[in-house]
Amino acid sequence: MSIKFTQDKVADVIADMHGGRISRREMLRRGLAGTAGLLMADCWSVRAFGAPALPKGKTAKAKSVIQIWMWGGPSHMDTFDLKPDSGQDYAGPLKPIPTNVDGVQICELLPQLAKQADKYTIIRSMTHGNSGHETAAYMVQTARKPGDGQVYPSVGAVVSLFKGYSAGYKGLIPPYIVMTQLQGRFSEAGFLGSRAKPFATGGDPSQSKFVVEGVVAQGISEERQKNRREFLHKLNTLDMAMPGNDRLAAAAQCEKQAYDLILGDAGKVFDLSQEKDELRDRYGKTKFGQACLVARRLVERGVPYVTINFEGWDTHKGNFQAMQRKLPELDKGFATLLQDLADRGLLDSTIVWWGGEFGRTPKIAWEAPWNGGRHHYGKVFTHVVAGGGFKGGHVIGSSSEKGEEVKERPVYPVDLISSMYELLGIDGAAKLPHPQGLDVTALPSTPAAGTTGGKLTEIM
Amino acid sequence: MKTFLISAVIGVAVWGGATTPSAKATPFESDAALSPQTKIDEAVFASLKKLNIEPASICSDAVFVRRVFLDLIGTLPTAKEAKEFLEDKDPKKRSALIDRLMERDEFADYWAMKWGDLLRIRAEFPINLWPNAAQAYHRWVRDSLRENMPYDKFVREMLTSNGSNFRVGQVNFYRAVQSKDQETIAKAVALTFMGTRAENWPKEQLAGMAQFFSKIAFKQTGEWKEEIIFFDPAKTATLATNNLEQATTAPAEPAEKKKKGEGSKPAKLAATFPDGTPAKIAEGRDPRVVFADWLISPKNPWFGRNIVNRVWSWFLERGIIHEPDDIRPDNKPVNPELLAYLEKELVAGKYDLKHLFRLILNSQTYQLSSVPKSKSPEAEANFARYPLRRLEAEVLIDALNQITGTTEKYSSPVPEPFTFIPEDQRSISLPDSSITSSFLEMFGRPSRDTGLELERSSKPTTDQRLHMLNSSHIQRKIENSPKLQALFSAASGAVSKPPKPAKFRKGVKVAPPVSTGPTSEQKKAEVINQLYLTILSRFPTEQELKTVAEYMQAGSKREAAVDLAWALVNSAEFLYRH
Repeated sequence: MSIKFTQDKVADVIADMHGGRISRREMLRRGLAGTAGLLMADCWSVRAFGAPALPKGKTAKAKSVIQIWMWGGPSHMDTFDLKPDSGQDYAGPLKPIPTNVDGVQICELLPQLAKQADKYTIIRSMTHGNSGHETAAYMVQTARKPGDGQVYPSVGAVVSLFKGYSAGYKGLIPPYIVMTQLQGRFSEAGFLGSRAKPFATGGDPSQSKFVVEGVVAQGISEERQKNRREFLHKLNTLDMAMPGNDRLAAAAQCEKQAYDLILGDAGKVFDLSQEKDELRDRYGKTKFGQACLVARRLVERGVPYVTINFEGWDTHKGNFQAMQRKLPELDKGFATLLQDLADRGLLDSTIVWWGGEFGRTPKIAWEAPWNGGRHHYGKVFTHVVAGGGFKGGHVIGSSSEKGEEVKERPVYPVDLISSMYELLGIDGAAKLPHPQGLDVTALPSTPAAGTTGGKLTEIM
Repeated sequence: MKTFLISAVIGVAVWGGATTPSAKATPFESDAALSPQTKIDEAVFASLKKLNIEPASICSDAVFVRRVFLDLIGTLPTAKEAKEFLEDKDPKKRSALIDRLMERDEFADYWAMKWGDLLRIRAEFPINLWPNAAQAYHRWVRDSLRENMPYDKFVREMLTSNGSNFRVGQVNFYRAVQSKDQETIAKAVALTFMGTRAENWPKEQLAGMAQFFSKIAFKQTGEWKEEIIFFDPAKTATLATNNLEQATTAPAEPAEKKKKGEGSKPAKLAATFPDGTPAKIAEGRDPRVVFADWLISPKNPWFGRNIVNRVWSWFLERGIIHEPDDIRPDNKPVNPELLAYLEKELVAGKYDLKHLFRLILNSQTYQLSSVPKSKSPEAEANFARYPLRRLEAEVLIDALNQITGTTEKYSSPVPEPFTFIPEDQRSISLPDSSITSSFLEMFGRPSRDTGLELERSSKPTTDQRLHMLNSSHIQRKIENSPKLQALFSAASGAVSKPPKPAKFRKGVKVAPPVSTGPTSEQKKAEVINQLYLTILSRFPTEQELKTVAEYMQAGSKREAAVDLAWALVNSAEFLYRH
């Protein structure tokens, strides 16, 4: 492939980001397309962008990421960082239990996960200091500080850009999936624009049929699908009036891809009736549990990034009732996912990343109207990582006696994310396509002092 | 609905040949002669002639009615509105329609949406206006458009007002930035009102302009998230704050230390206008006012050029200088005469943007068909035809809702108090781009992070196609449509409910229904006509009628009618402005 051709393709990518309003020629003239890289035409998202070559002799350990996004911010004190000796106003009613790793304890409501502790590492010293949902969600998922005039794309958008079609992924299923809804108040795509957003499945995988919006329809036979597609084409009078129009051709290309998915077999990845009932039960017949199972099926087929958007962790009020209700659901799904990935030999190549935008206040608000609530807390919180080259059975860092401060080994979002990128073979200095042609890289070039504790070399 | 349907069946049977000019192969073009009608046309056609590019034909009435509704009020004409326009014999009906539409409420809604993109009306990260302030800002913009505030006044208000972000909506211009330091503000002003990217300027030029914004102060009040924006002569430096939201109940984060000037005496301002002239600012005078007066002066070429060029691009997709918000000396206008004419008209018309709209929309250039006659690669950039553009996200979902008689539910769960939007509210009138909606995101609603025009994407994607073709969201809208039910039933030949017996009608004796009602063939034709008028704002062609009739032969008639509605909303003709 000649350099010229590649440059043209890069120009396409950037022209796309401009809503197609800038010609490729104009882009080239303005020098916005200087980055070389292999590209594959695709309507799915921002097109595949040049994947940075790995240093010689190195291969990426991780191929995919499953992100369990705990929207709202789960309490570290009630999940993976319990402080039984901190008193009633901090510890609350939940007790720790031992795990299958000596000396590591987690919450009693996570008994299945306790049996899997050798597979994951708990990071008890996550910090960024922000306690607003949107800003914190941005910081945790982009490794960037807010307010510098740019809105960076999330880890998912970056990974699916570098590990998707440019890295040889050929599936019809888009390379970045979220179950079941977008994060909503978080852009995911940043300056890459709406086309870099994940494909949101909609629907509910715990229903008898997982109706994935657009892919799996209800009540329309395959024959009717085919008939009405033909009907639509016969009625497309505007297309017929302007044959060869490039915009309509681009739309037709997208339509073809859509029908490949609607009528082809690729959508069967969402058909959970292909799984054994026993396994489905182990995951838990809940929305979250079954989403974990779908996530495994997706990475099995090479999808590089899957987010499970698990909502409901913003427990200002009645935190402990919420834990009683939600932790068993988390426990079954997450634990079975780890075991199932391991059983199928997928855990070595799949990073599982658990966490939310922050933790929750260690001191419990017992008073009305909170009645045992915990509020936002960005100073210290917990994330969990497993697989894809991360060692299990470790604990990184620690929080202070009452879970209020980082005690040892702070881990900032950039530390965690740069570690994942290293395992995925993504060069943090790789250029990202930018609509105004700015020189921006996958990760901040040199994190300022006091904003990094270093990569997670302990477990890599 | 039923009564309307039946009377329509008996009353009219017009379609195909009756309204489409017979000589034309497409329903998109008309026979009207192409000859420059206005100064705009003279400038455009002269340049086309020089480039040897043949312009497209004038668009048909059916195309025009749909186009001008979408372009002026972001709203699809109803079947009734489309039909009335098509049957109107007045030769001046096009310009009359333009005038009528500019007086509608949706005009203010739609243009407030457009301005909302540029003015960055967003409650949450990274703009962080906060819901109350976003709503106040939006309300001010909408009201200003509704009363047709002259453009120079509109801008001056935003640049010079003082007051509460919750009460004086326009002060939020200075808050709607990712950080409130003076250079960021200067860049936002340059981009929005001068159409230029100040980050590419020489450093001194930007620093000189930034001085005008160095005395803006932001003060908290007792009300949660309320802020007073005001001129503070004693202010010494603008902190580059991070604009971070803080949670109500979070423990206090270490506050950024106030950087007080070393001495208490404010340094003299070294403000310089972007054209290099140093500004003389009397002590105690608000430098923003000095800047605003310089900016909106009719002699300032930046001010008028920016807005006329943008307005042109809003209707014809490309700016005369393109991109419209990247004006710089080495980015030449494609048609300097046209640009100069519009600039002159802006000033002559006392900055009345409706005057500018009228000039453009009444031109033949705007009324060209989208079906090209020239294959020249320069054709599009020289306005040889109307550009094909996908409907904006908000306009598209509103159109689908109008067709089907359904609504969308919007709410904003973070932060408290939650924002709920009444179900019958149009999407074009949503005040805030933080309102969660996967549909709007999928179809390219801008995030309003930067105020750049290119944030709004009209590119087609596979997920959009999947959603339109096969999602339960769209499927439900069509199949359960309260508005289309009668048509679907009529197509299936189901016996429509007989009219109420005479005895129930007040005072009027009505003859019993005539047994020789419309035949099922006539009924079917009327269903097809209605669906075409409702969705595509035109009557079907002979060919289309034939295709549909064939499709309806086999299988369930109701299903076939549903499929017709489905096919029409999935056609390029529906999804695109054309």
